[in-house]
Amino acid sequence: MTLSLESLSIIAVYSAMAVYTVAFILFAMDLARRSAPAPAAASVGAQSAAASGGSTAVLEKADAPAKPAKGPRYLRAAMAIMTLAWLLHVAGTVMRGIAAERVPWANMYEFSLTATAIIVGVFLAVQVWQDLRFLGVFVSGLALIWLGIASVNFYVAIVPLAPSLQSVWLVVHVFVATLGTGFFALGAGLSIVQLIQTRRAAGAASGLSFMRTLPGADALENLAYRVNIVGFVFWSFTLMAGAIWAERAWGRYWGWDTKEVWTFVIWVVFAGYIHARATRGWRGSRSAWLAIIGFAAVIFNFVVVNLFFKGLHAYSGLPTS
Amino acid sequence: MSSSRPSDHIDSRPEESGIDEPRLGLVGSLRFFWRQLTSMRTALLLLLLLAIAAVPGSLVPQVSSDPNGVIQFKAENPGITPVLEFFQVFETYSSVWFSAIYILLFVSLIGCVIPRTRHHLNALRARPPKTPARLGRLTGHTTRTVATDTETAVGEARSVLRRAGYRTERYGDSISAERGYARESGNLVFHIALLGVLVSVGLGGGFGYSGQKVIVTGSSFANVLGDYDSFNPGRFFDETRLEPYTIRLDALDVVYEEENLAAYGQPTDFTAHVTTTLRDGSQSDGDVAVNEPLSIGGTQAYLLGNGYAPVITVRDADGDVVSSEAVAFLPQDSQLTSLGIIKVPDGLDEQIGMRGFLYPTAAELDTGAYSSTHPDLRNPLLTLEVYTGDLGLDEGAAVNAYNLDVEGLTQIAGREAGADDPSAATLMLEPGETVDLPDGLGSIELESIPRFVSLDIHHDPSQVWVLISAVLALGGLITSLFIPRRRMWIRVTDAGDGSSTVEYAGLARGEDPRLTDGVAEIAERHSARFKVDA
Repeated sequence: MTLSLESLSIIAVYSAMAVYTVAFILFAMDLARRSAPAPAAASVGAQSAAASGGSTAVLEKADAPAKPAKGPRYLRAAMAIMTLAWLLHVAGTVMRGIAAERVPWANMYEFSLTATAIIVGVFLAVQVWQDLRFLGVFVSGLALIWLGIASVNFYVAIVPLAPSLQSVWLVVHVFVATLGTGFFALGAGLSIVQLIQTRRAAGAASGLSFMRTLPGADALENLAYRVNIVGFVFWSFTLMAGAIWAERAWGRYWGWDTKEVWTFVIWVVFAGYIHARATRGWRGSRSAWLAIIGFAAVIFNFVVVNLFFKGLHAYSGLPTS
Repeated sequence: MSSSRPSDHIDSRPEESGIDEPRLGLVGSLRFFWRQLTSMRTALLLLLLLAIAAVPGSLVPQVSSDPNGVIQFKAENPGITPVLEFFQVFETYSSVWFSAIYILLFVSLIGCVIPRTRHHLNALRARPPKTPARLGRLTGHTTRTVATDTETAVGEARSVLRRAGYRTERYGDSISAERGYARESGNLVFHIALLGVLVSVGLGGGFGYSGQKVIVTGSSFANVLGDYDSFNPGRFFDETRLEPYTIRLDALDVVYEEENLAAYGQPTDFTAHVTTTLRDGSQSDGDVAVNEPLSIGGTQAYLLGNGYAPVITVRDADGDVVSSEAVAFLPQDSQLTSLGIIKVPDGLDEQIGMRGFLYPTAAELDTGAYSSTHPDLRNPLLTLEVYTGDLGLDEGAAVNAYNLDVEGLTQIAGREAGADDPSAATLMLEPGETVDLPDGLGSIELESIPRFVSLDIHHDPSQVWVLISAVLALGGLITSLFIPRRRMWIRVTDAGDGSSTVEYAGLARGEDPRLTDGVAEIAERHSARFKVDA
């Protein structure tokens, strides 16, 4: 019984990856379509023409016009396919949890499943609030690559929890860390688009003509900020909850273990990001770079620190070399 | 936005460019330096510097968290070691340069927070400012006509705003309102609480202590300085603070996975059953488990390690007992293959040192060597290599009890000795067995193999203050990031024919992405009060 659920979970995850690939292609085709000359775009869908007209205005007003309208065909199809992929993904993750009889984030493989499910989930949910479908390429691409790496390189069979992981803090600390990671991922996506948009405004990236259909750099920066501060609160909580758990499990709340160091570094980088937002001369591209560096550090902390650094957070479940 | 902010804060007015700046005197220079230190740009720079400065400590092992790693690193990298030592990289987080960065950061923080606190305390008592003459240029400006007289419209405006949590003030026929003071309060609480964390860690840590102790099943530990295997006192530690109590280890229960073949033999639970005796002589039973420390006498006892401690009795040629004790063997792998050192300096004709391997579930490999296939005692085997010679214990120099330096010693039983002489092969014992030592030195008996636990005992009075500060910081952070600080104005003008024209407008103070919606909402609520039911 346990085994069959475990294999079903794998099948669901692989199916989700296949469907994410389709969504990724559709999102990319949508961007390509946006690159078409404006009149052609107008013939495809009146909405996109409207969107291409005002760059910042579209997002600054959070009411009716910014709500995800029906939108062009590719985009609608992409969103539907993305939702399907996400449902498969969540099903695979939940089955893994049921099979293991615990939360599905006790090793790197499971953490990857849950973290990517949350990234995509936040992306889908956020559409109710604001039309961020242009991030679809980034989000589906990220989920696909991450799931691929996790399935090939991080996969471990279900094993019982080691005594040190048997704690309510596994549920709280790690889950909030995945939430924070999800928000930082979206924020980084927005900041990347913002940087491209800034370059385009400066005339340096004129080739990317689809960019004119996206929100302007200022609107993207504001959005990225709102997403990142949510991530920052989750990250602060992760840090605190981790310290409380460390006290229970290892007898000290802070010991500069490699993982603790990197969690601290990330926290400080995003604290810097928030200060940069409020510092004259640091708004715009500079603070966007800080957000991207912060997310890069999150990924580094997850992959490199887990696998190659010596420390107490050795929970990948992979055999050590 | 306000003069209390650093001058390069995004909300403060840009500084006038000094055309006729007077020369700075000493006071002027100090003032200039202080302004630089407390500027946003400096705080930002120090934050980024702190992030970068923390990185080396994750690349190089640290004395505090991995002392053995440091020793190994130094042995493997003799070239770079002096450079790293010079820059205190093995103690990054207490190094001069790391401390300098965070101390400067906190000085900058204090310099920023003090004037802001003063300013904010005044703002909390101040009335909302006068209504601007022209509301048309402000955010979300809306105009509506309502069927009521001016006085009623103004009265309702005040009531709507008050109900929405605004502090209000009437100026003529307009209401000026402000809300979200908690944003700045939260921001200040956050920064002050961070100071609280730093002070608690820095000062409070000095009053604590921590120590380690290995306890073999059936034996006890007393909380006195001499009974610890290792002890790290805080700066202000004083021996009289040790609360006298004892902990006896009655049993260590270990549960192994038996069904899941992917994890067969993996331990899933460690629980140490102990009997504690307090100062007043009262005894009670308790458990110490991973993630579940035991609270006793103001300290916490953590179960951080365990293993086997074979009881080995050494007898001389006449059969008299020379030594008999449980020796803690250090686990070498997940199957608990364990390594132990036994030194017998007195009582035999020669000093002997033994290096033993314990295989809890022994299996012979094709090569003739042994390995353990399960961490539980299912087929235990102890192998001993015996050396004679000067153990170096008589000079009084510190010698690591867990290490046998075989330099200058002669192997009388073991692989090398046994290669020439089969009677000098490695000694092998199962529990209850006795074997003779070579050369008629005596005999060795493996009596039993009890488990041991390694307990960490901690006393940290500052811990609770760190936690309180951290919780305050988190609360302050959430408040300061998500509560919008905004001003709102409602102005009423008489439109004749018994109706009034009402203007609504807002002003953001700091990040406030939903201000436009906020104004629209207030306008809707206010004008709805005058709608006549049809």
